[in-house]
Amino acid sequence: MQQEIARTDAIDMTYREAVRAALRDALSRDKRVFLMGEDVGRYGGCYAVSHGLLAEFGPERIRDTPLSESGFTGAGIGAAMVGLRPIVELMTVNFSLLALDQILNNAATVRHMSGNQFGVPLVIRMATGAGRQLAAQHSHSLEGWYAHIPGIRVLAPATLEDARGMLWTALQEPDPVLIFENVMLYNVSGKLAADAGAVNIDKAVVRREGRDISLVTYGGSLWKTLEAAATLAGNGIEAEVVDLRTLRPLDDATIMASVGKTRHAVIVDEGWHSGSLAAEIGMRIVEQAFWSLDAPIGRVCSEEVPIPYPRHLENAALPQATKIVAAANAALGRA
Amino acid sequence: MTVAAAKPHLSREHMLDLLRQMIRIRRFEDKCAELYTQEKIRGFMHLYDGEEAVAVGVISALQKRDRIVATYREHGHALVRGVPMTAVMAEMYGKQEGCSRGRGGSMHLFNAATNFFGGNAIVGGGLPLAIGLGLASHMQGDDLVTACFFGDGAVAEGEFHESLNLAELWQLPVLFVCENNLYAMGTALALSESETDIQRKAACYRIPSEAIDGMDVVAVEAAALRAVQAVRETRNPYFLECRTYRLRAHSMFDPQLYRDKAEVEAWRPREPIVRFQGWLEANHMIHPDEMSRMTAEIDAEIAEAVAFADAGRWEPVEQLCRFVYADSTVPTGQ
Repeated sequence: MQQEIARTDAIDMTYREAVRAALRDALSRDKRVFLMGEDVGRYGGCYAVSHGLLAEFGPERIRDTPLSESGFTGAGIGAAMVGLRPIVELMTVNFSLLALDQILNNAATVRHMSGNQFGVPLVIRMATGAGRQLAAQHSHSLEGWYAHIPGIRVLAPATLEDARGMLWTALQEPDPVLIFENVMLYNVSGKLAADAGAVNIDKAVVRREGRDISLVTYGGSLWKTLEAAATLAGNGIEAEVVDLRTLRPLDDATIMASVGKTRHAVIVDEGWHSGSLAAEIGMRIVEQAFWSLDAPIGRVCSEEVPIPYPRHLENAALPQATKIVAAANAALGRA
Repeated sequence: MTVAAAKPHLSREHMLDLLRQMIRIRRFEDKCAELYTQEKIRGFMHLYDGEEAVAVGVISALQKRDRIVATYREHGHALVRGVPMTAVMAEMYGKQEGCSRGRGGSMHLFNAATNFFGGNAIVGGGLPLAIGLGLASHMQGDDLVTACFFGDGAVAEGEFHESLNLAELWQLPVLFVCENNLYAMGTALALSESETDIQRKAACYRIPSEAIDGMDVVAVEAAALRAVQAVRETRNPYFLECRTYRLRAHSMFDPQLYRDKAEVEAWRPREPIVRFQGWLEANHMIHPDEMSRMTAEIDAEIAEAVAFADAGRWEPVEQLCRFVYADSTVPTGQ
């Protein structure tokens, strides 16, 4: 997979390296910033994201933690409340459930519960998604759950630019921001501008323009969706691909502008079908753009099964380009 | 800080102040119970009756710049800390003049001005937060102490063990204060813990610990002064188990099926106010006139707090979605 935009002054790098560059930049620019999580230091990060940072910034700021997700996430919350800018890394979204009490009951509520006296300017990063045959306890996509919670922001960088640029902007937020990095993206390589920096975390982006149907997606599914759009183009269908980028708050305006233009929509979401973020987006389209629609909205989500280990079953459980093509054709009455 | 600072101030004036603070909590909460029956206070409300010596003794040993994390049974802690009684009562009512703008209620008293980091209503949920406050002190190189209050019920939570381990592992200036009232809601300590000697659990994490009579305000303050001094000087954690007893129900909804009335009555003579007042009287350190004056002053403050809360305003419903994010203009997507 390649980034679409190559620049003359661009350098080759992977998504992993882009996240690392973002961490290094933040740690260099702001003394209040530190990274804390399981194996972020000596091991170099479960997905090698923080490799080398310990030597550069030392053990106080690249802080290895015990396997105490709730404890160190809560520690990040407390430290954020009194002036630091912690980045907490949770190894995977599955492990984040052990910290869910702190994320939901403290990070997301403190500002409101305290009547605006305390805020939690904390960034929590975690890996999400399936595709590495890691089976049913390491493969979930629960970012949609987190997007349910008022009081936090939820980001899903899908491109090198966003992997590089969202962290700094997130660190400027006065409230907690969760960043979901899809595990299938870490090895994706491409060109990134040498001077790439902070990006906005408010707007969805149209990654491919088209007139016939809107394919709304985010994170790891973006690339499958772009692949599907290329296939559709071969059949004379011009699909527009919307990358949500921010899952909370959703950028309704960009979604509705696209749907208003194409009059058809399919939502692609690696979360499970029932109660998914895709369901929320579909309902918003119904609420806000119903009269623009020429056909029912379609969805491509994960099948209702814990993610299985064998590759063929795992692939079958997840959104794939072929399924997206089929859903787009169905929405256009071409099935 | 000198060693002398760790000794209790045994002046008569100070002892009267300890008594006054305990009575102030007790009478405030008696009024709250009355207001609850009048439905002016709603929701869950947990009274501190019998445990006042813990908050008074420990918080008296802290400096104003030190930080406090408390539980949902925290009216006393907030009052001793200096959160104005008017703002606490208004919060109990849910009025916008409350210390948390009415958004929190009885279980979520917050006050940034006095470094009061909230009543936390998830048992054990405040401990990791206190670790974070301690971590910030450690990284910023200040001399603050974070006092973290929790009950015996919290000891069964994973967050308790994670937090004690982190505090000692990372050498954080946190004073853990276990308010052991022998019941986690209605479950007796012996029914929830294989090891009921709670302070021994701290020793497992190599944290210095001691258990004290949590119904003796002088003993609590003396121990807290030692503990606070140790934390401030060593920048390492310390653990105080204050053994106490809750004389009232767990909350206003609790019929107390889990304990005998006789058990409660057996504890009543040991309750901290009667005991300390009796000792002061027996030693001729307080005159009946002073007691009357003290009580009258407290009652006047309570009356003022009630009037303040009664006169408080309800936040307009149009402002419902404020304070979810720092900038209330952040779109919710609705």
